[in-house]
Amino acid sequence: MTTIIDVPAETEARKPLRRKVAESNNQLFRASPLNYLVLVITFFLSVFPLYWMLVMASRTNDEIVQTPPVLTPGGNLGEHITSLFDNPDVLFAKALINSFIVAGTITVGVVIFSGLAGFAFAKLRFRGSNVLLAAVVLTMMVPVQLGTVPLYMMMDWFGIQGTLPTVILPYLASGFGVFLMRQYAIQAIPDELIEAARVDGASTIRIFWSVVLPGLRPAAAILGLFTFMTYWNDFLWPYVALSPENPTVQVALSRLSSGYYTDQSLVMAGTLMATLPLLVVVVLFGRQLISGIMDGAVKS
Amino acid sequence: MSDTTIPVTPARTRSPWRSRLSRWDQKGSPYAFVSPFFILFGIFGAFPLLYTFWVSLHAWPLLGEHSFTGLDNYQKLLQDPQFWNAAKNTLGIFVVSTVPQFTLALWLAVTLNRKIRARTLFRIGVIIPNVTSVAAVTLIFGMIFAKGFGLVNWMLGWVGVAAIDWTAHTWSSWLAISFMVDWRWTGYNALIFLAAMQAIPGDLYEAAAIDGASRTRQFWSVTLPLLRPTLIFTTITSIIGGVQLFTEPLLFAPGAGAIQGGTLRQFQTLTMYLIENGFTRFEFGYAGAVAAMIFLLVLIISLINIWLVRRISGAD
Repeated sequence: MTTIIDVPAETEARKPLRRKVAESNNQLFRASPLNYLVLVITFFLSVFPLYWMLVMASRTNDEIVQTPPVLTPGGNLGEHITSLFDNPDVLFAKALINSFIVAGTITVGVVIFSGLAGFAFAKLRFRGSNVLLAAVVLTMMVPVQLGTVPLYMMMDWFGIQGTLPTVILPYLASGFGVFLMRQYAIQAIPDELIEAARVDGASTIRIFWSVVLPGLRPAAAILGLFTFMTYWNDFLWPYVALSPENPTVQVALSRLSSGYYTDQSLVMAGTLMATLPLLVVVVLFGRQLISGIMDGAVKS
Repeated sequence: MSDTTIPVTPARTRSPWRSRLSRWDQKGSPYAFVSPFFILFGIFGAFPLLYTFWVSLHAWPLLGEHSFTGLDNYQKLLQDPQFWNAAKNTLGIFVVSTVPQFTLALWLAVTLNRKIRARTLFRIGVIIPNVTSVAAVTLIFGMIFAKGFGLVNWMLGWVGVAAIDWTAHTWSSWLAISFMVDWRWTGYNALIFLAAMQAIPGDLYEAAAIDGASRTRQFWSVTLPLLRPTLIFTTITSIIGGVQLFTEPLLFAPGAGAIQGGTLRQFQTLTMYLIENGFTRFEFGYAGAVAAMIFLLVLIISLINIWLVRRISGAD
């Protein structure tokens, strides 16, 4: 995954041409100390609330309300997490599993459907493609959640009110996903590759699976990660649509803080458990996510 | 990509059947590929939206008969001070959060676009807030902005400012909620801008530099105009997000009357008002009218945005 910027120092004479070009490129100017200061402050501000969550989750309620506040984590984290999962009114374990099912299913669906449509818009010629693409872009401008009231009625007609499909089905079509895949396919998949496959007798679906999908992998990874995060974190529609016995983790959190449980350290233990899976994802895949975005951009 | 191997079938004259099949494939496949998106969006996106307008023309309680009332709901809505209050809050929070957010994101993107050490670490740092659950973050910030023991008030105490009850006033609740929104979205937008900046060909900057353009001038005359499509896209995303703002204000002061956004509705947003009418009062018709007005608002601000971005970055 070495990029242009990472090439180690070489003598002037032996520098490859692309490095010379990169150096003359204004975008790659060396950062000043001020730049680093900005970045360090940003980094601190980004991470601090999460650190604070850990502090609160690991302290007793008496310690939380102290002034001046205690700034370091305490030793009660395990105890709070245990009582969170033991609490029969919150159903936290079930909520976690539900969130995995919901976000996972939506992610797989969005990646496949967006890949198919994105490929068609990028590489296939068909009557009405411009109008349909404009329609996709329009769907991005429409706040789907405004249909909440009829959506609620529809789920009732279908007889699935309060179940998990209620919060999965409305999100499988992503205009953003289609558009992202299309943009990526245009620059990452050479037309010659598709033509060559076509000459060799491959059907369109075969071309999609064997030629296009491998090429779309970086974009699919990014789309998948963002989709998973978005729907892991989704709140409004699950809050309205799901029954109290069948919550996602965000809905459980809101009940934890608004109901009879004003136990602050318990709420913070809950936020920690709701956030942890995503932090794990970022630690594991963050590098690929970022370099995927960057690779795609540098190549063009 | 070059290592992708395509099975090669030996060249031969195709049977008419095969070539007809291939023609069907080439004609029909594109429609088959785009149809899952359009079918799903049609059923779960477009239909509910259109049906919202239909419902909004009715008196439509949860139980009992619903009757066609024409534009009555809209008439009532336009004279409803709670609706206008929610509209004011939504727009206010949107403006207060978006202006600093985009300025910071652009600045951050320019910085991240420099040659920096530990760039992956910084870039991951920038994306972490966006990854964090919005409900969790709101609850955390709720404690950071708490009146009695909150960190913000404690720090304000250093400079002699008396403790602020952040949920009690319009301005303070707008500020706190905007802070939460910006914390979550600034880095995300910065990365989008960064990706767009890296797609700008370097020779454009070279040419500008040869013409004697300073770094600042290059930013205004090269970077910004070429970012125009990205700017329009991210702003429209923000508008849709901003107008639908719900979780942060709802959980900012959780409790029995949370859906009203504070005791005096000082931070009730339009979406909260929609949900209050739909799922607390169960007046679906009235809630539908609120939804329609929100949609209209998104449309209007989006158009203003496109016009504005065209103006700022030099129309062609």
